[in-house]
Amino acid sequence: MNDKSRIIAGLIIFLIVVTFPFWYNMGKAAPAPETKLTDKAKQAKNCIQPTEYMRVGHMQLLNVWRNEVVRDGKRTYVNQSGKDFNMSLSNTCMDCHSNKAEFCDKCHDYTSTAPYCWDCHVYPKESK
Amino acid sequence: MMENARRKFLKVAGISALGLSLGTKSVLNVFASADESADRRGKKTAAEITENKKALKAKHWGMVIDTRRLRTVGDLKPLIDVCHKIHNVPKFENSLHEIKWIWEDEYKHVFPTMESEYLADSIKHIPFLLLCNQCQNPPCVRACPTKATFQREDGIVMMDFHRCIGCRFCMAACPYGSRSFNFVDPRTGLDESGIFNEFPTRMKGVVEKCNFCAERLDVGKMPACVEASNGAIAFGDLEDPESDVRKLLKENFTIRRKQELGTEPSVYYIV
Repeated sequence: MNDKSRIIAGLIIFLIVVTFPFWYNMGKAAPAPETKLTDKAKQAKNCIQPTEYMRVGHMQLLNVWRNEVVRDGKRTYVNQSGKDFNMSLSNTCMDCHSNKAEFCDKCHDYTSTAPYCWDCHVYPKESK
Repeated sequence: MMENARRKFLKVAGISALGLSLGTKSVLNVFASADESADRRGKKTAAEITENKKALKAKHWGMVIDTRRLRTVGDLKPLIDVCHKIHNVPKFENSLHEIKWIWEDEYKHVFPTMESEYLADSIKHIPFLLLCNQCQNPPCVRACPTKATFQREDGIVMMDFHRCIGCRFCMAACPYGSRSFNFVDPRTGLDESGIFNEFPTRMKGVVEKCNFCAERLDVGKMPACVEASNGAIAFGDLEDPESDVRKLLKENFTIRRKQELGTEPSVYYIV
C-alpha cells in the first residue's frame, strides 16, 4: 500500500487522457445543417408526403420503392391526396431536388452516412 | 372462523381479478392509441403503389428474330447502338472488360450443335443478333445465391443490381454468354455527356445483361431493339395463340440456341 499516491496520480492521468476528446470538443458541436430547396421544390410546396415524414423516413420510402420497381415492376406511387408519381430517384426526386450538394449531401455528411445511391443513379449536373 | 377466512379470500381474489382485467385493458388501450398517433404522424400512410396504367402485360414475353431481314452488320448496328445508348452500356478498348447486352456473332458460334461443314451460304456468314434468351428455365437464377437475378411472373429474367454481390456464378451458369461483369467502373467507359438520365448506370463489381426492356414495357413501350428493327423483330406473348409472335412461329420454321440444354429460351430465330 506504499504506492497509494502513485496509483491515484496514475488513475487521474488515465481519466484525463481517456476523457480528453469529450472536454476538448465541449461546446464545439457543429450546428445541424439547413437544407436548401430549389425554386422548383419551393413552388411545389408539398413533397409526395409531408415534410416531417420525408425528413425522417425518406430512406425507408426509397427502399420500398426500389424493391417494388425492380422486383415487382410497380412504378406508380399514389399518395393520400390521390396524386401519382413515377417511382424514380433520378427522374422524380431529383427532378425537383436537383441540388444534390445542398439538399442531400449536407445532412448525409453531418450524420456521417454515405448512401451509395449515386454510384449508379444519375443526378443532375449542378451549375455553380 | 374457518369459513370466514375462505369467504374473505374469495372476496379479495375476485376484486383482484377484476382489477387485473381492467388494468390490462387500459394498458392495451395505451398501446393501441400509441399506434394511432403514429398513424397520424404519418408513420403509416395510406399511399398506394401500383403498376403504371399503360404497362404492357403478357403471361410470357417472347421474341422472334427474322434473320432473313437482318443480313448485315449494318442492319444490326442501329439496334445494338440504341440499346446500349438507353441502358448506359459502357464501351471499353480492352476486350476483357467488354460489357454487352446485345451483340452479334456468326452461325457456328451461335448454334454450335447445329453446325455442319456444308452449310448454306445464306446463313454461313451472316451475323446473328444475340441477347439474353430470357429462358423459361433460367440456370442463372438457380445459381444466384442472393436472388439478385430472378424471374418475373411474365418470364423476364431480371437483375436487381442492389443485391448483386459480384460472385459471377450466374455467368458460369449461363450457356449463352449473355452476362457481363463490371471489372472497372462503368462510368469510365461512358461519355459524360452521353449518359442517358432515365436509366441508372451500374457500379464496379456487378453483373449485367439484357432485361428485355422491362423498364420500357412497364410504361407501355416496346423494347428498343424491336422498335428500331422496322418489323424484323417481333415481340409478344408466347402464351397467347393470337399474338404476333405465335403467328410467326406457326408460319415459319424457327430455331433456338442450344435447345438441348433444356433452358427453354424465349428468343426464336427464323432462318
